[in-house]
Amino acid sequence: MLLLIPLLPLLGFLVNASFGRRVGKAAAAAIACGAMAGSFAVSLLAVWRLVVLPPASRAIVDQVFTWISSGDFTAGFALRLDPLSAVMILVVTGIGSLIHVYSTAYMHEESDAEYARYFSYLNLFAAFMLVLVLGANFLVMFVGWEGVGLCSYLLIGFWYQKQSASDAGKKAFIVNRIGDAGFLLGVLLAFKTFGTVDFQEIAPIAAAIRPETAFGTVSLITLLLFVGAAGKSAQIPLYIWLPDAMEGPTPVSALIHAATMVTAGVYMIGRNAVLFSHAPQTLAIVAAIGVATALMAGTIGLVQNDIKRVLAYSTVSQLGYMFLAMGVGAYSAGIFHLYTHAFFKALLFLGSGAVIHAMGGEQDLRRMGGLKNDLPITYRTFLVGALAIAGVPGLAGFFSKDEILFDTYARGHTLLWAVGMLTSLLTAIYMFRLVFLAFHGDPPAPRATAGAGHVAPSHAAPSHHAAHLHDAPPAMTWVLIALAAGSVLAGYVGVPPVFAGSNWFGRFLEPSFSGAVVHEIPESPSLEGTLMVVSTFVAMSGIGIGMYFFKNHPRAADAVAERFPGVRNLLLNKYYVDEMYDASIVQPIRIVSEDVLWKAVDVRVIDGAVNGVGETVGSLSERLRRMQSGSVRTYAASVFLGVVLILGYYLWR
Amino acid sequence: MHFPILTSLIVLPVAGAILVLFVRGDEEQSAPFVRKIALTVSVLIFAETLLLWSRFDPSSADFQFVERHAWIPAFGIQYFVGVDGISLLLLVLTGFLTPLALLSSWESVHEKTKAFSIFMLLLESAMMGVFISLDLFLFYVLWDAMLVPMYFLIGIWGYDRRIYAAVKFILYTMAASVMMLLAILGMAWLHLTTTGSYSFDLLRLYDLKVPPHLQFWFFLAFALAFAVKVPLFPFHTWLPDAHVEAPTAGSVILAGVMLKMGTYGFVRFAFPLFPEAASFFSPALAMLAVVGIVYGALVAMVQPDMKKLVAYSSVSHLGFVVLGIAAMNTQGVQGAVYQMLNHGVSTGGLFLIVGMLSDRRHTRQISEFGGLKKVTPHLVAAFLIVTLSSIGLPGLNGFVGEFLILLGAFRWDPRMAAFAATGVVLSATYMLWMFQRVNYGPVTNEKNTRLADLGRRERAIIVPIIALAVLMGVLPNLFLRPIEPSVARLVNRFHQNAPAHLQVDARPSAIGHQPSAISHQP
Repeated sequence: MLLLIPLLPLLGFLVNASFGRRVGKAAAAAIACGAMAGSFAVSLLAVWRLVVLPPASRAIVDQVFTWISSGDFTAGFALRLDPLSAVMILVVTGIGSLIHVYSTAYMHEESDAEYARYFSYLNLFAAFMLVLVLGANFLVMFVGWEGVGLCSYLLIGFWYQKQSASDAGKKAFIVNRIGDAGFLLGVLLAFKTFGTVDFQEIAPIAAAIRPETAFGTVSLITLLLFVGAAGKSAQIPLYIWLPDAMEGPTPVSALIHAATMVTAGVYMIGRNAVLFSHAPQTLAIVAAIGVATALMAGTIGLVQNDIKRVLAYSTVSQLGYMFLAMGVGAYSAGIFHLYTHAFFKALLFLGSGAVIHAMGGEQDLRRMGGLKNDLPITYRTFLVGALAIAGVPGLAGFFSKDEILFDTYARGHTLLWAVGMLTSLLTAIYMFRLVFLAFHGDPPAPRATAGAGHVAPSHAAPSHHAAHLHDAPPAMTWVLIALAAGSVLAGYVGVPPVFAGSNWFGRFLEPSFSGAVVHEIPESPSLEGTLMVVSTFVAMSGIGIGMYFFKNHPRAADAVAERFPGVRNLLLNKYYVDEMYDASIVQPIRIVSEDVLWKAVDVRVIDGAVNGVGETVGSLSERLRRMQSGSVRTYAASVFLGVVLILGYYLWR
Repeated sequence: MHFPILTSLIVLPVAGAILVLFVRGDEEQSAPFVRKIALTVSVLIFAETLLLWSRFDPSSADFQFVERHAWIPAFGIQYFVGVDGISLLLLVLTGFLTPLALLSSWESVHEKTKAFSIFMLLLESAMMGVFISLDLFLFYVLWDAMLVPMYFLIGIWGYDRRIYAAVKFILYTMAASVMMLLAILGMAWLHLTTTGSYSFDLLRLYDLKVPPHLQFWFFLAFALAFAVKVPLFPFHTWLPDAHVEAPTAGSVILAGVMLKMGTYGFVRFAFPLFPEAASFFSPALAMLAVVGIVYGALVAMVQPDMKKLVAYSSVSHLGFVVLGIAAMNTQGVQGAVYQMLNHGVSTGGLFLIVGMLSDRRHTRQISEFGGLKKVTPHLVAAFLIVTLSSIGLPGLNGFVGEFLILLGAFRWDPRMAAFAATGVVLSATYMLWMFQRVNYGPVTNEKNTRLADLGRRERAIIVPIIALAVLMGVLPNLFLRPIEPSVARLVNRFHQNAPAHLQVDARPSAIGHQPSAISHQP
């Protein structure tokens, strides 16, 4: 039954890839959405079967076939459903279905063939993502891991005629491959160490050893795996591909680059919690990288003017939060944030998509403003998302973010907690900067004609939204409303004891992390309550700051920026990291390859030597040729001489 | 006595060639007929290799379908052929690629079609022969015989600098194989001095105890011949020239089958015949392989010519194969054999696609293309899949081989695997960069606006390649099973005969600290 979950979207892909262009848009959309909805239904059924089992034995395994075996190495194509993967498949198929529905309207201006191609990629992505989370061993996970990377590549570069889009797709793939190389080496070392690549077999072996006090084999395995996670989940130093990935259609950004694929790294650590928990050194690195990424991306997000790029940096930042959680050993908190984040970040991206759709492809916040009256539904749902991500009490983000911060503080990581708080402040500021710039204030003067000038490819027909902007078609708005409801309600599965809740979510996940070393935190409602007050205060201040600078006193923001031009430029240019990579890695490799390795070493030195030998032999032969006198008698004599010498040798012996 | 199926693999192409020879009429009249005969014969041979596979006992490590006849008894030379798990699928690969190569030249070769078809069939015959020879003399004769048709294929139907390329190809390979001939004669002589009779019988020579100092020189002689053929860095410079100048069919066969002769030679001859020398040299060999992986990839990245790019990528991919062999453990060698097949499919496919583009535009310069996705969507879709197979995307063939090789290499020496893993990143870089420049973006060149998409003949060429790439990626065990017993025996024998290699194997790895302390815990 588990196989059916990824198989349905795979079939959807095959059908749309083969016949999609011929059946028309309605049929192509129906096939793709139907496949996703079917997969969601099967997922619900599977999770139901899981939940009715007693907690300790909650696992369903589906051994499909033996995939690769060689000597003592075996990797079966096996799928495994446990509480952790259950959460993931519901997120992937549930939010995935919504985004499929949204896309039917959003992509409607594409030609039939392109429309079918889009949906086939989207289905293929879902199939690989489901393989990734259901995979019972590292190798099956890797199939999904690279497969989603491929789909990300194809969808970022969907508008392939645009140079920036195809560049961004390629960049995403290659940067991810750097991570994948690390991941692969981690898997190899894990096999060498444990003799298996199956998660269920590794966990007990790892659980039986003592946590490493120095940097040892387990630390190295987990660190290599984390390199893979940093690539996939856009963490320092491999985060650079994600902001560029916004070149893809907006629903793709919502699904792949916010809700699902980019969380794969977090999921992978959760899946190997036992292993990671025995490598405290790696965990410290994970937490440090996570919080540093969260802070760095948050600061960049403050000054970006492209609506999607703000959200992209926000995603990087929130992923950093999740890694912080994993790094301090708060695995279920990290997964909880992954799950709530999927709702509100998908909502925010799709909301921005509705804005972009209405504005005829415009993405620059400076050309927006006052949209709240024109796009009431988009505005309200977007606001819900912004409140949720800012951590306003009662919404989904509040519960999950707070659990992370509390766990961090309670485990004694005060500095990490403080940076997390600071990031939380930044989150509220940049989100509400975005809200106020886009939806409040006055529309910029030239907007009446703005639509015509800034048309993204494939968002043609600029004329009709220039004059009167309006909300998106129902397929899109209903999805926004559904996600907004989720962004409010999703957190209530994990209400902490301080609110008389029982953190059902955390207890549900527990079996998946059994065997992991956990530093128990003493129950302390008073501490938790205090921290919540602090973080609520921080969130509110952030919103207040955003309101002050970007709604009430727009000049003040510019004044601050002018006071610190260096900082502003640094942030606007994203700390020049892309430029540094280009100058220190990309260009040197290119130049050395072309001018040194190819044109000098290969052509001159190696091939020069080969041809040199050839010429030397040639000129020697020229001299030898003179000995070929053409006289039969000379030849006969030399043959005779040769025979005598050979015979002589044998006789003499 | 049963039907001599292996002999028929050698004889049938020759018979086909003779048949073609007797077709009358001038080029205009004979060409269509000639093409059909050659294609039919090659398809029959492919069917025969499949039959061979179906009759092959996958649980046995022994040589099967053995035929043995005296040839020159005075020197112990025999006609001795057989097939085991290592050679079986290489025969199938040869049978698979030859019809595709013939189809690829259906239109592009329109001069001297008769001679072209004859050379192709003779080439196939010699290649089959090389893979089944179990007599060193027979092997050497066929090894050199193989060069002749390829020499003519490049020299007659090639591009502008074809003569230079053809001469370079044949001189370079022959010069290297002369050394091997001396070593082969040396082995026969050694057999004479120890047992009293000459023998070129591979199975007997396997059991021969070769003194270490002779092993050293003999191994070097064999290794040189094979290294040039692979080609292993730094013996690779004939390859870009040969590929660029060869017609598509020549490139497909050259990359798809002939390069494997080198790696096959290491597995079949150099390592098992001279285990001590091999274990002494294998770190150096692995080093050259790893350098080749990185070097080939970097040089491929900056090539302006698609064919040259694919040629250098072969240097990189074959580096993986040699690395797996040098590791000399089950995963490494099995992965290497699997990767030989993969490379035939993926790189064969890439050359076929580049051939299709060059048939349309008569250029292979990347800068001449751009935006093809808009013009020829099906061709580009096929191009994408073959590209992904070449860069080792899991689910397609390339991954399985690469992974097993890395696994084998890692168990042997993690540092080698770590360096080789950079190839995973670099291959994505050069392939996707080329793919982007050829297929994405707007159509910038006027000449590209009206290119035809895949025709029926081209579909017949590329669909089998894609199908096989998927099959080998999803169900690799179908192919790994018959390979395994022979590889396992090879590896076991090798370690029995080469204590030195065992020491290398047991050496504490550079990275893993006391792995055993962990793995022995319950």
